Amino acid sequence: MIGIVNYGAGNIFSLTSALERQGLKYGMVNTEADLDKYTHIIIPGVGHAAAAMKKLEQTGLVAPIKALKKPVLGICVGMQLLTDHSEEGDAKLTGIFPLNTRLFDKKLGIKIPHMGWNNIEHKNNPLFDGVANGTQFYFVHSYFIEYNPIFDIATANYGEPFSAAIQRDNFYGVQFHPEKSGNAGEQILKNFSNLKQ
Amino acid sequence: MLSKRIIPCLDVKDGRTVKGVNFVDLKDAGDPVELAWQYAQQGADELVFLDITATHERRKTMIEMVKSVARQLNIPFTIGGGITTIQDAEALLNAGADKISINSAAVKNPALIEELAAAFGVQFVVVAVDTKLVEGKNRVHLNGGRLITELETENWIKKAENMGAGEILLTSMDHDGTKQGFDCKLLNRITQMINIPVIASGGAGTIDHFIEVFEKTGVDAALAASVFHFAEIPIPDLKQKLKYHNIPVRL
Repeated sequence: MIGIVNYGAGNIFSLTSALERQGLKYGMVNTEADLDKYTHIIIPGVGHAAAAMKKLEQTGLVAPIKALKKPVLGICVGMQLLTDHSEEGDAKLTGIFPLNTRLFDKKLGIKIPHMGWNNIEHKNNPLFDGVANGTQFYFVHSYFIEYNPIFDIATANYGEPFSAAIQRDNFYGVQFHPEKSGNAGEQILKNFSNLKQ
Repeated sequence: MLSKRIIPCLDVKDGRTVKGVNFVDLKDAGDPVELAWQYAQQGADELVFLDITATHERRKTMIEMVKSVARQLNIPFTIGGGITTIQDAEALLNAGADKISINSAAVKNPALIEELAAAFGVQFVVVAVDTKLVEGKNRVHLNGGRLITELETENWIKKAENMGAGEILLTSMDHDGTKQGFDCKLLNRITQMINIPVIASGGAGTIDHFIEVFEKTGVDAALAASVFHFAEIPIPDLKQKLKYHNIPVRL
């Protein structure tokens, strides 16, 4: 069963609806003890990274999450929280990934936010089982995770290449919104729920 | 590459879609949820629901509809119409709306854009602008084009961007309903002026109009209602044609 970290950063109705459509059971993680109730953990999040980090800290869940050995998936800002630092609010984050979250560069002639369907190239990670390379996912964000070949499991391009998905041990993050990315997005949620501990 | 988005727009009154909708396989053409699902299956990239209910009970009905849509739909959607406060917006966000679109409320109180962006992020805030050419100037109009304002369209859009709009939905009232094509001249000027996504609206009649607006302007998305509702332009055909013209689309 999937536990959703409930720290008040954005609405999770679309996420829980997507899980329900896939027949995936879920519950809420409010305390450290709740983490033990679930086999898989999702950290959702929209909005401001620094504000989201503050909220996550207030739950007291940062250290227990970092110590987890079960599969963890951060979505959008939830993914960015797994990195070291975000330029959004100059925020120190969990540091699970030694990566930076940066603001897209206007000078590259791109519009900000990056909003809409963009294709990804993935590296055959189990999270992308059954997803064809070049498949489009729904993105909406102004900050991105810098490309790093060690942690990158899927790359997208917007002015420059950036990580659409990352992995380090049991920790996964996706920049796109699987709950809004059509059938391919739902496949990602299903694949995550199938990851072995 | 970021795809150009195709967005059907649905008018909703008391939780039901209005205007005739002529879908072959639809059991209940008035059910926004079924219609939305059908559009998602056809390959729509996003949907816009415009609430035109005028009664006081409108909010509750709308929230229930938004929740039903969010339960069923696996693509993003925007809710517009009658949103005047942070509380209105928050209720829609919690019901599963990805974005809200504000129009008159922003013109009357531009600070609302700033407040919404600060509370929910710029990605949540679409500013819808209805424009009409009056004595050689593009002027912002309210109430579906019936009420002219002091604002010049270009200035207002620039201001909306500066105040935290994440996207502009620009409807040309001169073109709306004519099926003679989008207002490419104005749309091109606007997209060169700002650095946020723009949705073109008003005037779609043929597939060529969509090709034209994506080839001649920097818009990110094109919105239409009747050509989709009456199946005059099937979305899969439209996207195939766009792809043939090397316009990036999601297939």
